[in-house]
Order: sequence, then C-alpha cells, then structure tokens
Amino acid sequence: MSGTREPCEPRGAIDFCLSCVLTSALLVAAVVASFAYLDIDFPALFSHEAATSIGRFAASFFPPDLAPGFLRKTAWGALQTFAVAVVGTLLAGVAGLLCALPASGRHGAGAARLARFVLNLLRSVPELVWATLMVLAAGLGPFAGVLALALHTTGVLGRLFAEAIENAPPQPEQSLVDAGCGAVVAFVYGTLPSVWPQSVAYGLYRLEMNIRMAAVLGFVGAGGLGQMLYYHLSIFQQAQAATVLIAMFVLVLVVDALSDRLRAWMER
Amino acid sequence: MSNRDPAARARLGWTLVALALLWPLLVLAEFRPWALFEPANLRVMGGFLAGFLPPASSPEFLGLLLRATLETIAIATAGIALALWLAAPLAILCARALAVSRIGPGPGRLGGEVVRAGGRAVLAFLRAIPEIVWALMFVRVLGLGPAAGVLALAITYGGMLGKVYTEILESTDTRPARAILEAGGGRFAALAYGLLPNAAQELTSYTVYRWECAVRASVIMGFVGAGGLGQLMDQSMRMLNGGEASTILLVFLALVLFADALSATLRRALA
Amino acid sequence: MGFELEGVGLIHDNGFRALGRISLRADRGERVAVIGPSGAGKTSLIRLLGTALRPSEGRLEILDANPWRLSAGALRRLRTRVGTIHQSPPIPPRQRVVTAIHAGRLGRWPAWKGLLSLLYPVDIAGAQATLARFDLADRLFERCDRLSGGQLQRVGIARVLYQQPDLILADEPVSALDPALADAALGELVEESVRRGASLFASLHAVDLALKWFPRIVGLRDGEVAFDLPADRVTEAMLHELYAAEGDTLPVQARDAATCAARARSSCN
Repeated sequence: MSGTREPCEPRGAIDFCLSCVLTSALLVAAVVASFAYLDIDFPALFSHEAATSIGRFAASFFPPDLAPGFLRKTAWGALQTFAVAVVGTLLAGVAGLLCALPASGRHGAGAARLARFVLNLLRSVPELVWATLMVLAAGLGPFAGVLALALHTTGVLGRLFAEAIENAPPQPEQSLVDAGCGAVVAFVYGTLPSVWPQSVAYGLYRLEMNIRMAAVLGFVGAGGLGQMLYYHLSIFQQAQAATVLIAMFVLVLVVDALSDRLRAWMER
Repeated sequence: MSNRDPAARARLGWTLVALALLWPLLVLAEFRPWALFEPANLRVMGGFLAGFLPPASSPEFLGLLLRATLETIAIATAGIALALWLAAPLAILCARALAVSRIGPGPGRLGGEVVRAGGRAVLAFLRAIPEIVWALMFVRVLGLGPAAGVLALAITYGGMLGKVYTEILESTDTRPARAILEAGGGRFAALAYGLLPNAAQELTSYTVYRWECAVRASVIMGFVGAGGLGQLMDQSMRMLNGGEASTILLVFLALVLFADALSATLRRALA
Repeated sequence: MGFELEGVGLIHDNGFRALGRISLRADRGERVAVIGPSGAGKTSLIRLLGTALRPSEGRLEILDANPWRLSAGALRRLRTRVGTIHQSPPIPPRQRVVTAIHAGRLGRWPAWKGLLSLLYPVDIAGAQATLARFDLADRLFERCDRLSGGQLQRVGIARVLYQQPDLILADEPVSALDPALADAALGELVEESVRRGASLFASLHAVDLALKWFPRIVGLRDGEVAFDLPADRVTEAMLHELYAAEGDTLPVQARDAATCAARARSSCN
C-alpha cells in the first residue's frame, strides 16, 4: 500500500532508516493480509450491477419524506435523543465527580486504585455495548440509552475530573481545614471553585459527543432517532430514513452551537 | 449599598429555567430508575449475569472467537488502508500550502478556491454521518459481513484523516513548499520535498492513532451486522448467553489494550 | 494564655532544620511581631502555631491545649479559634468576595449552613461590615479574580477577622499594600485584637511597621530567637545585626517614616 509507505521516503533519501523500512514493510504486509483474510469480493463490489444497485439504493433516499405527520414524529425522536444525551451526561457528571474524589487520591492510595480501576473499566466498554446490557437491565427504551451513556461517560469524565482536582491548588482547601472546617465544606469552598469551570467545559464537550452517540444507541433498542433509522431502513423505507438522517445532522449542529455559546458564557 | 445579593435573582431564574427544562427531558428520556428493580428485568439481568461465570471456553467457541477477533483487526486495517486512498488525494487537493495559484495570486486562483472549498465540503460530508450509520446502510445493500464495515470505515475515516492531514500540512513550516512552487516545481514535488520531511512523522502518528480508534469502531459496527467481534457479541446477547458474552467482553478489553500498546510501539518505531 | 512553645523544633521531611529549639510564650491579648531576614523560619513558626505543621520536638500549647494530643473533634474546635492570615490569600480566584469572607466562619457553622450560603449568602451584613473596615464594602459581590493584589490581601485579612479567632496569626499580612493602606490594615488588626482580647502574632518584613504597632518584638534568625524584647528596647544595632545577611539597610515600609520610627523607639529616646 503506497500510502502507508509514502511518509518515510524522503527521510530514506537523506539518512537510511532501517526500522522505518522494516516497519513500513510489515504495515504493507498487514494490509495485504487483512484484505486477503476478509476475502471481500471487490470486483463484484465495484461491478456494474453492484454499482447500479448501490446507485438505486442511494437514489431511493431522495426525496426525503417531509410529510407533516412524519416530520412531527422525527422531531419527537430528535427531542428524545437530545433528552437521552442530556440526562445521560448529567448523571455521568454527578457520578464522575463522586468517583473523581477517591480517584484523585484524597482518600488514600487504596481507594484511588480501586476508583481508577472502576473508571477505566467503565470507559473501556463502548456505549453501544453498555446499551445492549442496559436494554436487558432496564428494558427497551430511551432509559437504557441514558444508562449506557451515563456509564461510559462516567468513566471518561471521572478521569478528567480527578486530574482537574489533582491539579487544583491545594492551599485554599488546606487553609480552610486549618481553620477547623469539615471535609465536605472545605472541598466545596476551597477546591470546587477552581475545578468547576473546567469540569463544566469537559461536560459540555462530552455532551456534544454524546448527542452523536445517543443518535445511534437506538440501533440496539434505546429509543430516539437511532431506533427510527434502524426501523425504517429495515423495512426499506429510505425516504423516511433520509429525513431521520437529516434530523440527526441538524441536531448535532444545533447542540454544537448551543454548547459553544454556553462555554463562552462560562468563561466570562 | 444594597444589602441584597445582586446575583441571586439571575441565579434563581436560571435554576428555575434549568429545572423547567430538565423535567420534560427526564420524562422524554423515560427516566425511571426503579425499572432496574422490576422483577422481570431483575430476573433477565440476573440470569444473564449469573451466566457470566464461568466464561465460555469450549474449543469451538474459542475458535469462532479467534476468527472474529482477527476479522475485527482486519476490518480496521483494511478500512484505514482504503480511507488513506480517499484521504491522501483530497488532502493534497485541499492543502493551501500546495496551491500554486495562491502565489501572486496567480492565474486560476478563483478556480483553485472553488476546488478547495469543494474538497473540504466532501470531507465534511464524509465525516458528518457516524460510521455505524454507514455500516447499517451498507449492510442493507451488501448483506451481512465485513465488507459493509470496511466501506463504512473507509468513508468516515477517509473524511477524518483527510481533514486532519490538510490541517497538518498547513500547520507545518510551509516555506520550503512555497519555495519549490515559486521555482516552478509541481504540486507533488512541493509535497514530497517541501512538506513531507516536516510533516511525515505527525501524519503517520495520527494515522496509527486512527487505526487504534478503528479497532474499537469495527467492534461496534459488528452490532449492526458488519462482522467481527461485535456481531458475535450481538448474537450472544440476543441469546442471553452470559458465558459467551463475558468471554467476548474480556477478549474485547484485551484487544483494546493490545491495540493501544501496538499503536504506541508503532508510533515510536516510525518516529 | 495565647500560646506557649517550649524547646519546639521543626525538621522538614528532607532533613532541613527550619526551627531550632524555640521557647516562646504569649499571653491572651498580647500582640507580638516577629521580624527577621527571609529564610529565618517566620513562616514555619506561624504554621506551627496554626497547627498546620506538627513540631518535630518540644512542647506546644495553643490556647491552653496541646493540639496534637486532642481528639479529631477537639482539634477541629481548637482550629476554629485560631485564624491564619496568609501572605498570598488562599482564595480560589473565581470565588466571590462575599463567599470568601463567609469561608472564614465555616468552621463554626454547621455544614448545612455553609452549603446553604453558597445558594444565598447567609450573612451579607456581617461580611459587609467586616469589609467596610478595609474600605472594600463596595466590592462585596465582586469576583476575587477581578480584585487587585492589594485588595485581595485585604479580603484575606477581613476573612480572618470575620472568623473572630482568639489567636490571630499573620504571615506578612500587608506585603502587597502601599504604605498608607498597610498602616491602616495593621491598625484594624491591632484594634480587633484589643477589642476582643485576642492574641495577635504577626510576622512582618517591614521593621518600622512592627515597631509602630507592636509592643513586643521577636527577632528570628536561622530558626533561632535572636532577641525577644519590648519594642522600645529594640536598638538599631540589634536590627542591623539581625538583618546582617541582607546588607546594611533595614527593610522598611516607607524610608523616611522608618528611620524616624526606629530612632524614636531606640537610639533617640
């Protein structure tokens, strides 16, 4: 595959880099092996019939179904997706903060290790896998999506919050403890104000990603736009699917803009 | 000097607004934590989780699992390879640093701008739809199997790589490329002799990092039938086979760790 | 009794000895200034008295109690009676002044009151009255990162006064203030100490301020007490010896005022 080898060539012309050449050769071999292993019938894929059938399929998305009744349904689905993303991110924010306290090492090394392990585990399992599990635990519907997003996002935000807490200046909280304050109050008055703005910004970034994710969680039965898309594609109603796709796109744009606004307002 | 907190009114107002917005959101999201403790759900989940131990380890299942894992890695690798075919030309087309018409500005400047804007729009379109949606659609046309996953990855990752490649090419020192263009060199000469020596490492590093993401993505795409570990996991979950699901989850976590480590090693080797 | 040290030493974890065996005693309501070159151990001494550091050796009593023999609850109650003014106020930048002031009394408030105060400040009048003593009443609802360094330092002092401690410790409390404001701020501290009978123990970099406002001066050098005398018995020679490592001139707040004060208190009288 020339694309992978390309970047090393100019370097090789100047000073011969053995490990570069070897690694590149291995990469090319890996790519060739991958295609061989997958055994995809590319000639058939790019054959005339395949091209026409893909073309027909693509054309069947147009025009999108803009009937008022279906638009209302789609808007409802978009709202539900938005709700899943917001509630999931909020839950994750609260849970993440609670996990971040031990993970930042303020309750001893043992608690820190345990909390970090839990956060890593939550983060390593993708949202969609959590969603399949949560559909079993909470039944079909958007609440499973909320839980799935919340679990994964708790792992992500918990780690970021823990880092923020570790990097916050310790003097304000320490001085409050030295003046006889309780642990909770000292944290809330001493450290939280330094951590808060950054944490909210992280949360908003995550919300942007979770909107995209919430839109597809419906594929496994977690409601919203994803479920509609899955349904209409499975009964070959591409015009309706096109409308849903457009709604996803618009939703993402709107949330990105909103979250930008909020962030700018926070940073005042 | 007033004795009232001037921020209190706004604070109260925003809190009320937030609560008023949160309530319908909770209703819409069907937020019902007690659903977790309904006997029917508890029974299903309990039975499923009880099946987690011991993880399935029959030889034929492990064989199936090995093939699925290899398939997942192959989908990621092949997908990235195809994405490169898409991304590299588009990035070279879009990079302003390689545009000879911008010098001066010279003849054909307007056309150049239009082509670049078009290229960027194509990249944006490729990225706009998540890979799993592409996968779902390709499965409808091409049937179940890895082909849908490879194509879906190629499209979205082509868009992402193309955008980032363009940014990298424009953020390095562009003076060498400009010198070559000013001396009458072509686009590819300017790329190979002007930009790549500076940017090659960042480009490869980002590509390898994207491969790591592609491994995760290819597992996830399996859930809509695009082959690999995800498809296997989807089947086990549907059959509520906890033992198989736990083995697959373990393999998935190991695979992610392996991809992380391999990508780190590769990035070091290519540095 | 304000505090009593008997052979107290402090050795940091890295083996550095910050304080030798110091013996020092201050009565309730007494005002003591500690002066000395930088690195003399002034901050360490104040942190020991504020129970932020544990002495490595010797006996330490704060407000008639040995803090390190108390139960956790009793230590907390003792700490609410000791207020430390830090050189750079330990206030989160985005906190509002009113919240930062209220934080001074968090140790005495039950937790619910502290948390409630975040929603709506519970004692606006009290915080405002304290700030008014430092000409900052109009800054009550300002955010702390919008204040100048000098204003922030005065907020830090106001916060400790709002705490109403029985022992006020101050570590270079006026280092960021111009001479007139520094003088006024120290005046407020002294007045508070007099009015409430609280002991005041302040480290000061400016010798003239120490001599003007404090009846008793402790000179600290290399972690040892060099002298411990009533202010009117501190001579210029002693001061020069104390600051020998820092050159010929004495660190003062305002040059003219300083020489005058030093003369008035020592050689001239």
